[in-house]
Amino acid sequence: MALVSSLESDLGELQRRLVILRVGLLLVVALLGLRLWHLQIREGPYYRDLSENNRTRSVILEPARGLIYDRHGVLLANNVPSFSLYVSLEDVKDRDALVDQLTQLIGLDPALVRKKLAVRGAKQIPRKVKDRLTLREATLIESHRLDLPGVMIQVESQRNYPNGATAGHVLGYVGEVSAEQLEKPEFAELHQGSIVGQYGIEKFYDRAVRGKAGQKSVEVDALGHEKRTVVVDQPQAGDDLYLTIDARLQKVAEDLLGQESGAIVAMDPTSGDILAMASRPGFDPNVLSRELTGKQWIEIVQDEGRPLNNRASQGQYPPGSTFKVMMAAAALESKTVSPSSSVHCNGGYQFGRRLYRDWKAGGHGAVDLRKAIVHSCDVYFYTVGQRMGIDTMAFFGRQFGLGEETGVELPSERVGIMPSTEWKQKAKNEQWLPGETISASIGQGYVTVTPLQMASLIGTVANDGVTFRPRLVRSIMDRETGQLQELPAVEKRKLHIKPEYLKVIQEALADVVTEGTATKAKSTLVTIAGKTGTAQTAALRTGPEKDIPKKFRDHAWFVAFAPVDHPKIAVAVLAEHMGHGGSAAAPLAKDLIETYVKFNTPGASVEQHPAAKAGT
Amino acid sequence: MMIDRVMESREFDNFDVRFLGLVFAILAIGVLSIYSVTHDQGGSGLPFFAKQLVWIFLGTIAFFVMLIWDYHRIARLAYPAYILIILLLAFVLFEGKSSRGAQRWIPIGPFAFQPSEFAKLVLILVLAHYYSKAPRVGWLQRVVVPGLLVLPGLFLILKQPDLGSGLSFLAIYAAMLLMVGMRSQAIGVILLFSLMLFPFAWEMMWGSLHDYQRQRIMAFVDPNYDPGGKGYHALQSRIAIGAGELTGKGLYGGTQSQLKFLPEGHTDFVFSVFAEEWGFVGVLTLLVLFVALIWLSLEIAARAKDELGALLAVGVICMLCFCVVVNIGMTAGMFPIVGIPLPLMSYGGSATIMTMASLGLLLNVKRRRLSLFY
Repeated sequence: MALVSSLESDLGELQRRLVILRVGLLLVVALLGLRLWHLQIREGPYYRDLSENNRTRSVILEPARGLIYDRHGVLLANNVPSFSLYVSLEDVKDRDALVDQLTQLIGLDPALVRKKLAVRGAKQIPRKVKDRLTLREATLIESHRLDLPGVMIQVESQRNYPNGATAGHVLGYVGEVSAEQLEKPEFAELHQGSIVGQYGIEKFYDRAVRGKAGQKSVEVDALGHEKRTVVVDQPQAGDDLYLTIDARLQKVAEDLLGQESGAIVAMDPTSGDILAMASRPGFDPNVLSRELTGKQWIEIVQDEGRPLNNRASQGQYPPGSTFKVMMAAAALESKTVSPSSSVHCNGGYQFGRRLYRDWKAGGHGAVDLRKAIVHSCDVYFYTVGQRMGIDTMAFFGRQFGLGEETGVELPSERVGIMPSTEWKQKAKNEQWLPGETISASIGQGYVTVTPLQMASLIGTVANDGVTFRPRLVRSIMDRETGQLQELPAVEKRKLHIKPEYLKVIQEALADVVTEGTATKAKSTLVTIAGKTGTAQTAALRTGPEKDIPKKFRDHAWFVAFAPVDHPKIAVAVLAEHMGHGGSAAAPLAKDLIETYVKFNTPGASVEQHPAAKAGT
Repeated sequence: MMIDRVMESREFDNFDVRFLGLVFAILAIGVLSIYSVTHDQGGSGLPFFAKQLVWIFLGTIAFFVMLIWDYHRIARLAYPAYILIILLLAFVLFEGKSSRGAQRWIPIGPFAFQPSEFAKLVLILVLAHYYSKAPRVGWLQRVVVPGLLVLPGLFLILKQPDLGSGLSFLAIYAAMLLMVGMRSQAIGVILLFSLMLFPFAWEMMWGSLHDYQRQRIMAFVDPNYDPGGKGYHALQSRIAIGAGELTGKGLYGGTQSQLKFLPEGHTDFVFSVFAEEWGFVGVLTLLVLFVALIWLSLEIAARAKDELGALLAVGVICMLCFCVVVNIGMTAGMFPIVGIPLPLMSYGGSATIMTMASLGLLLNVKRRRLSLFY
């Protein structure tokens, strides 16, 4: 019994101590409950936010860029599907390892990838590491997806120019928005990897063509694998552009220049529509819209032919004798001469101690305005220029748009120089010298122009003094509403020059082709009026043309319009280092104009501008 | 003989239906949560929830075996069982299956058997047997000898390493000491000494920890210490629990677990899965179930007819309490992450079977509380 009682007392003691367990249990459970209340009720919303961020990744949906058509609806720029490789840094634990993996799978430049991943910014936004993956590369990545957390393949649209190099300078190209661009307000809504127009129409109309990026919220698991799409903000495609360019004429213009450097601008003087704008050498915008290696880019930039330079709107050349068209109008309007008053040309113009030669040794004899234009008499214009002075010349030059932007929708248009006493004071801080007026009179010296300006100038003359702002886009199709918005032609100014004076000049220009310096532009299809020009590039001119190294030869100019009665087309041709305008440039203009006439003869198969189809 | 018959009928009365109801309610919640977090996982063989049902079935058998078989007889097997488990633990160290840096399993066909789980139950038997039989006079017999009994198992478990089971071992030992090993004054003295010795003990423990264990503790102190790495579990688990808010995201609605931000959602972090899907309401319900189960167990201990029964009950209760509190505490960010499963809820064969066997033993104590002779 003693044993039992001792056992019982031990048991009793043990069971009394169970109270400690009870109290302890309640205490601990209360603490747990409190902790859980704190987590779930007090801080619940905070943790819910965290869990939301955990599971969703924002993926930007690139918009499709608007399409670009020519004036007849021929496609010039579209989009083709392409695979892009994105990396979501949030899901990448070891960046270097990832770069190694990617490099092993597909041929990548590791340094470039590292650079792209290093760009600062929100970690949540995936970085585009490579575009234009081949199907093989995309498949390779997809098949290794489980080993590549945070790596995504997106199907995107890639800019494509079906006609290759044709109209490259006009269309321009696209590329990733640069870090500097991203700082600017107009690119505020963009992000690293966004594609924007970097040149040409693509750049100028980027805002419209670019569209608006969408966003999808993708639910991902802990490994960064897409589970489902949560919210979709559809991207808005960019607007379509209908250019004033006629793709066929453009092609012809480019072919006419062939391997030579130069530019051809053809426009409708009655609207400012640019029908063709060729600049050689050119480039294929498909190549430039892709990701280039540094080496490729340097090759293009250092190319001596400067293929990226749009010679039509950015090339600045002395206008040579084509300047005389403007001079003639200025001389008449300023009453420096009358149409009938004549100047004697004996082959040179003595000014001070210097003799300014005429291009024709022996001279032209008695020369009136018409004859001066037809035979491009230098002495006549030396005399006229000397009489009216540089500032009058500059006043009229500006009326014709020289020394100012034409306003064409291309980025970085150059303006050339229409010199004046004021200009020289400002630009060089020097006095204007009287001799310089004489050089300027025949479009030499300080005077420089762009081919586009000269096309506009000759168009103004053809159009009885009314200048239309040259334009490349005639209508914009709003992708949202489907509405086609026709852009009105903009009348830029009306020259203060009496119509009869312009008439005299027009007739004289017609005679240039029939009997003057540009007989090589004479056409059986259409009446053409024009003016040749030869822009000196080097002062040294000894011996026959063919002995001079090409890079020292003169530039050949020809500006023209046709038909003479009701001008429909104005053309400026500049062929670099091709010598005389009459022999080198005039035939090109003739060919182009004839092509244009053929294309626009009733019965010729001309594709319809979709605007006409749409009935708007 | 007559008494025996009376006892037989009473035994049935003492089979507690409430107790079993609570056990199966918690098991059901566990299976549901395992299903929720693993239902979309491919893979060959049975899905996790189905395997868990198999474990529960085997556990139920173990439960009834431990219920029916007289606990005095079971206790007599304590030392041989302990030797066997020590051998198994030693075997694990050399031949065991590794997973995530720890070597804890003995493969048996397609399954893996985890001796450290069963070691806990065996330890309870060993200590209860020892205290109920040995004369308890002086420190040597009260504290040191049972401590020596604990050591070999503890050593082998920590060697695996399995910090969670090791801590469970210490908890069982401490509970026994608290109940029978020491007078209340001694307990006070020990608490005081431990507080004073804590810095030194900490030093020693810190030095003996594995790197990953140290990092987990660092991550516990500051979850942002390495949010993608060692602090990841702790942080993601807290996010899961917190995001459950009052009523939870609903079944399958737990994005943390469904999208695998929360690793081991079906094992150690099953509570976080449940908390995310059912919110504070669900969590409180679960806590009430656990407290009720433990409360009934404490009643059993309090009414045990002999010391062995009471000690067995206390051992099982303390082991359960320890696991529940530490598991929930670690998922909620109150303790460092140590690998301790949530009893009756976490996926796992060894733990499920062992837990149910322990509960069977517990009910066994109640069943026999009125039988004087055996």
